[in-house]
Amino acid sequence: MRLLAALALLVALTVPAAAVDPSERLADPALEGRARAISEELRCLVCQNQSIDASDAQLAKDLRLVVRERIAAGDSDDEVRDFLVARYGEFVLLRPRAHGVGLLLWVLPPALLLIAGAGLFLAFRRRPDARGTERLSAEEEAALKALSREEEGTPNY
Amino acid sequence: MIVEFGHFALILALAVALAQSVLPVVGFLRRDPALMAVAPRASMMQFLLVAIAFSALTYAYLVSDFSLLNVVENSHSEKPLIYKFSGVWGNHEGSMLLWALILALFGAAVAAFGGNLPQTLKANVLAVQGWISTAFLAFILTTSNPFLRLAEPPIEGKDLNPILQDIGLAIHPPLLYLGYVGFSIAFAFAIAALIEGRIDAAWARWVRPWVLAAWIFLTAGIAMGSYWAYYELGWGGFWFWDPVENASLMPWLVGTALLHSAAVMEKREALKVWTVLLAILAFSLSLLGTFLVRSGVLTSVHAFATDPTRGVFILAILCLFIGGGLGLFAFRAGTLRQGGLFAPVSREGALVLNNVFLTVAAGVVLFGTLVPLIVSAFGGAISVGAPYFNTVFGPLFGATLLVVPLGPLLAWKRGDLLGALERLWAVFAIAALVAIIVAWMSGETHIVALFGLGVAVWVLVGAFAELWTRARLREAGLSVGLRRLAGLPRSAFGTALAHAGLGVTLLGIVATSTFQSEAILEMKPGDTATVGTYSVTFDGLRNTAGPNYSGVVASMTVREGGVVRFVVEPSRRFYAVRQMPTTEAGIRTHGLSQFYVTLGSEGRDSGSVVVRMWDKPLVTLIWLGALVMMAGGALSLTDRRLRVGAPKPARRAAPMVTAE
Repeated sequence: MRLLAALALLVALTVPAAAVDPSERLADPALEGRARAISEELRCLVCQNQSIDASDAQLAKDLRLVVRERIAAGDSDDEVRDFLVARYGEFVLLRPRAHGVGLLLWVLPPALLLIAGAGLFLAFRRRPDARGTERLSAEEEAALKALSREEEGTPNY
Repeated sequence: MIVEFGHFALILALAVALAQSVLPVVGFLRRDPALMAVAPRASMMQFLLVAIAFSALTYAYLVSDFSLLNVVENSHSEKPLIYKFSGVWGNHEGSMLLWALILALFGAAVAAFGGNLPQTLKANVLAVQGWISTAFLAFILTTSNPFLRLAEPPIEGKDLNPILQDIGLAIHPPLLYLGYVGFSIAFAFAIAALIEGRIDAAWARWVRPWVLAAWIFLTAGIAMGSYWAYYELGWGGFWFWDPVENASLMPWLVGTALLHSAAVMEKREALKVWTVLLAILAFSLSLLGTFLVRSGVLTSVHAFATDPTRGVFILAILCLFIGGGLGLFAFRAGTLRQGGLFAPVSREGALVLNNVFLTVAAGVVLFGTLVPLIVSAFGGAISVGAPYFNTVFGPLFGATLLVVPLGPLLAWKRGDLLGALERLWAVFAIAALVAIIVAWMSGETHIVALFGLGVAVWVLVGAFAELWTRARLREAGLSVGLRRLAGLPRSAFGTALAHAGLGVTLLGIVATSTFQSEAILEMKPGDTATVGTYSVTFDGLRNTAGPNYSGVVASMTVREGGVVRFVVEPSRRFYAVRQMPTTEAGIRTHGLSQFYVTLGSEGRDSGSVVVRMWDKPLVTLIWLGALVMMAGGALSLTDRRLRVGAPKPARRAAPMVTAE
């Protein structure tokens, strides 16, 4: 559900956006929107689990300016990120890339679900009697229906 | 003198805990009732002793006894009284003592209210509690003793970290610990069951109230922590996927799963082995949470302890209880007889699905939280932050929420999926309609936001489908329907409320993320800015001073359509003793929404200041939803079925009798 929130936030940012410090803001709202979207996924390296978009630290401010410089110079989003990774390492990315340990992070959730699903499937297959037994025959079903109709219906008539 | 008395009481408590760990188990093995009877008395005594120790420390804080190292490090004579009090657990040593106190409290509660427990089970449960107590009391006394004296006491203390001087911090840790430690009871019951090799529906009935109580407190603790971060840290966010937050979320997820699987076990004697495993996991994750926060392996707002000897000690406790618990489980789980059978499409099946989603979600959070630690232990560096968790956790929890209304509508053993869906079509229509109307009125076109809104309404309204169906208001008429409704067990209402709370929280998250307006700008006194439909005038700054800080307060008048709605007063403070600045957000609640203003640094022009303003529609629903969930849990807790020993009422012949 936080994915929704995050995506929704990005949407909200496509309206003319304001940078954390007004003086840093890019003139073009589309570029500024991109800059903020990127900033929200970059770690303020000296902070405790804060993005550079949310941090007041001087380093965060410097990084915000770097991001905007690169964007103004015509870099794509990926090029901006590559630039920062080259300087600070992958530690700067709050969304780990899908290689090495990062790959494990992205593969694990669907893998866990698959394993759990397979486990459930096997558990139910091993006990087929759970479905088969105790099913009522057609007559029993009809008798039960009649009975329950009686119980439900009578008082109201 | 009083302090030494407390110190001595704590050492005695350790001795009592040791006796409580050993004697009842020996009694169980020898079938000796006298030895087993030691357990409840030792629990009571241990609680009394830890309570004396805690009171002694509290006393030292209240009178600012600076001959105590712990008080010097974390208090100041001019600190307001309430923070002198909450400062007792606003530091590592004191908070561990609080942990031990709550542990002893729960043990004493089992001893006091467990009158109808079989004697062997009671003895073993309390013995396991004794093991946990022994470990933590030994940890406190050897590595984190709050009663250490100073030979040359200073005149004044070093004060408490300013961001912790807050009413939120006064309440948050005790609530969280009540949740964490509450799961120790489930753990103790699980271990006792494994020792005895016997487990049945009655076991689940004894365990459920404890799990439910722990879950309520943990929900409260997490919500409180989230709200505290929201207003205290000044970023306007309510969940940051900080490792410390994850540490509390994981036991909550597994605890929620445990709550549901224990329900299956109680009703149908199925999922026994799984329930025992979840009970072990829930407490293991609570311990892990304590370890992450207390050992200092994380450097984050909450982690004010950084001493490796402590880390190693807690790690040893962690390995002992998690490893021991899981080892015993692997060794003994086979002796537990499997219970009732059920088809995949059934109430049990739905609850299994719920369990799968919740445990996988907990696994994902666990992995994402631990990976950076493991990588950095090998000299690498990787960040796993909010964007990752949002992307992975979002769909997983979204899928869980989609099936929430469905579960209660399926019958036990073998359910009718089509029938259940049929009964939910009206709910589906309402959800779709709300999403469409909101899209039309706001011009919001983003599909994920609208989908989220739809899911929120689906869960919120769908939560009451079971009550509606069971009362059969439409078929039976109003008076009969209402009487049926009144006759439903309270746990049915509890389920409905708790599920509805999830919908309420999601509604708040979606609404505030999608429709919040933001303005970040430099303002000078007299300037006016626009935030959403509001115009905000900066009236000026004035100086302020508190008992242990000085600061400035900005006054902002908020108008809507030219009419003054309210005044918001954000401020910046400077705590002289710790040389720390803080920002205090100005928050004004209007209806269910909030207007949120923080002061940033000084602007480029003299006299100007950077101001960040948000209007956050329906944001309070995020935490009100948690309150609704808790109310649901509390209502279930009062269900007579859970008050063990209460005679079951004769099965009502309700519809026929009442209608005549």
